[in-house]
Amino acid sequence: MTVQSFEKGFNDKLDKELTIEPRDWMPDDYRKTLIRQISQHAHSEIVGMLPEGNWITRAPSLRRKAVLLAKVQDEGGHGLYLYSAAETLGITRDEMFDQLHTGKAKYSSIFNYPTTTWADMGAIGWLVDGAAIMNQVPLCRTSYGPYARAMVRVCKEESFHQRQGFEIMLTLAKGTEQQKKMAQDALNRWWWPSIMMFGPADDNSPNSEMSMRYRIKRFTNDELRQKFVDVTVEQTRILGLEVPDKDLKWNEERGHYDYGKINWDEFWAVVKGNGPCNKERLEARKTAWENGAWVRDAAMAHSQKRKERSSKKEAA
Amino acid sequence: MSQQTVNKAEWPLWEVFIRSKAGLDHKHAGSLHAADAQMAMENARDVYTRRMEGVSIWVVESKYVHASDPGEADSMYEPANDKIYRHPTFYDLPDELKHM
Repeated sequence: MTVQSFEKGFNDKLDKELTIEPRDWMPDDYRKTLIRQISQHAHSEIVGMLPEGNWITRAPSLRRKAVLLAKVQDEGGHGLYLYSAAETLGITRDEMFDQLHTGKAKYSSIFNYPTTTWADMGAIGWLVDGAAIMNQVPLCRTSYGPYARAMVRVCKEESFHQRQGFEIMLTLAKGTEQQKKMAQDALNRWWWPSIMMFGPADDNSPNSEMSMRYRIKRFTNDELRQKFVDVTVEQTRILGLEVPDKDLKWNEERGHYDYGKINWDEFWAVVKGNGPCNKERLEARKTAWENGAWVRDAAMAHSQKRKERSSKKEAA
Repeated sequence: MSQQTVNKAEWPLWEVFIRSKAGLDHKHAGSLHAADAQMAMENARDVYTRRMEGVSIWVVESKYVHASDPGEADSMYEPANDKIYRHPTFYDLPDELKHM
């Protein structure tokens, strides 16, 4: 078979909405794009444990603490599903960690913002997980089988993350004046970073076109962002809070909310490493990896020793 | 392989199969890294059954799985292609025939 006929087989599968599986032939740029996207998605889950981990020991009740712990544990699990999906494309786990630690691979910029009050746990669950779900639901039908299956699992688990966040916001919003202020302050700080989570605008998104063609992405950044704004503005009403955007207005003609100008300078500054917590987050990951090295080595040595011992016993 | 390189290597990859409830088959759930079978089992519990998704777990080191070649799928499954008489619907029988 020639490369052309392999490529035709691949394109036929995409046209028929069939999934591509690890051992199927695929073009190099399909493989590269997927490795980049899936590994960065995995890194986001793992780094995403840090801002919330900050509040586990200070949760206001045992119930909130158990819930937050379960959520952060889920995120660890989601990272693991995604790392193994990426590994089916021929990159090793250690290579991915190395790319994260050296800054070659990115993770979602949202996690470079600090979590300064308990209300941030509410805003993150509601807005950040809400935006993530908006992004992830279409990925359940992405063209690469292992990624799609990982996303089905992630989406099933993620729904509670958003609901618990909204519950925190609702409790604060219906609480004392001070609690309500705290909720509003969290919304003010997380709103814009959350709508930036969908990535650059369509006319400035270099990878989008190829990802759409390969059916890795099913909707553009701006389409998903609009959908998120539309549903979230309605949810804000239930909380009785205010979206920090004076240009936000229902557009009868479009059937969507118009929203204000996004500060793309801030977005790119954080992507390039100059957000409030970039250094701290990366440092935390590197330290955990380096401090865990002896444990990983010891576990391997132990397993090796046991194997040798049992093969000696068999020989005797 | 020297002891040194063994220790510096990644933990091996394992495939995880889960029986979701009594009476059903084990089904592939995903994969994970672990130093040995016991750790693979414990990690599988933590990664794949956080919501009571299973009553039984199998773990198999991935290197022991042999997979068919998708490039040969056509010839591999071709023998079954023209044997529709293996299906009950192939047979043309009168409607009044019952219990069959």
